[in-house]
Amino acid sequence: MPTTTAKSAYVQGVLDGTPFILVAIPFAVLFGVVATEAGLDLAQTMAFSFVVIAGASQFTAVQLMSDNASLLVVLAASLAVNLRMAMYSASLQPHLGAASLWKRAAVSYLNLDQSYIVSIARYEDNPGMSVNEKVRYFIGAVTIMVPCWYAFTYVGAVAGSAIPDGLALDFAMPILFIAMVGPMLKTLAHLAAALTSIAVALALGFLPSGTSVLFAGLAAMAVGAEVERRMGRP
Amino acid sequence: MSYSAGEIWLVIAVLGIGTYLIRFSFLGLVGDRKMPDWVLRHLRYTPVAVLPGLVTPLVLWPAATDGNPDPARLAAALATVLVAWWTKNVIWGAAAGALTLAALLSLA
Repeated sequence: MPTTTAKSAYVQGVLDGTPFILVAIPFAVLFGVVATEAGLDLAQTMAFSFVVIAGASQFTAVQLMSDNASLLVVLAASLAVNLRMAMYSASLQPHLGAASLWKRAAVSYLNLDQSYIVSIARYEDNPGMSVNEKVRYFIGAVTIMVPCWYAFTYVGAVAGSAIPDGLALDFAMPILFIAMVGPMLKTLAHLAAALTSIAVALALGFLPSGTSVLFAGLAAMAVGAEVERRMGRP
Repeated sequence: MSYSAGEIWLVIAVLGIGTYLIRFSFLGLVGDRKMPDWVLRHLRYTPVAVLPGLVTPLVLWPAATDGNPDPARLAAALATVLVAWWTKNVIWGAAAGALTLAALLSLA
């Protein structure tokens, strides 16, 4: 029954996406705190999380605005932080390109680091998934995560600095992202790509935030593809 | 900050639209067309190409320690990648990292 498998793909997405609320919640609370402390009102703070829905670029924008950077610098730097998402978009196209336009439009709005990495890992491990199942899975992965992003932005904006900061939750994001990458290091090509990414990101660390990741990503993809071409796909 | 309410709303609107267009770009416009093999070969490496570069600065210079390298966080990152790779399991890797971090921070 296709409906049954599509439904279980959705449930699986919910389950696999759930650990990432550990990333979304502290990040959202922190944004709420930082934005209101910088002088944004509640509506503006919430609008950031609803309309932009990309934590790192939201922090960049608020930080630069409080530094009184020019409008152009604020926009260019914040958008640069999100350029990596064009790579995510391209990477999802072979999997979801056949979905209807409105589904692709919805997935695009919901294409976050977390939902992207959870979904692409699932798609690659299960080449037999139908497009419908892949979309359901993606939507499942954001079902808890994205409402948490909105709700805890509100909590941060309203409760402000009353929130204790123990627990080292700042490191939840690096740990979960690294844990996602670990099992993906299946071949020498994947390992070469990952090491290239680290090296280029560090070498270009002086560039405005977001730009170094873009170049690191492109260079690492080229290295991964070239190693694969020379070795023949396993 | 010297930004007026109108300017803040302008930033939200432009950043929101721009970010959406970045996300929509390939998925929305290429649609169901088949991309050439060499492009697909590159795209297979997107996650392992982007995420290590994204995370490395956060591991080496954590904001929580004002950008100073922190042995506990470095060890936690190392434990995470080794266990996740060895077990091929995300949850085991994350648990190893979280436990390492908690243990080392409680000693500090």
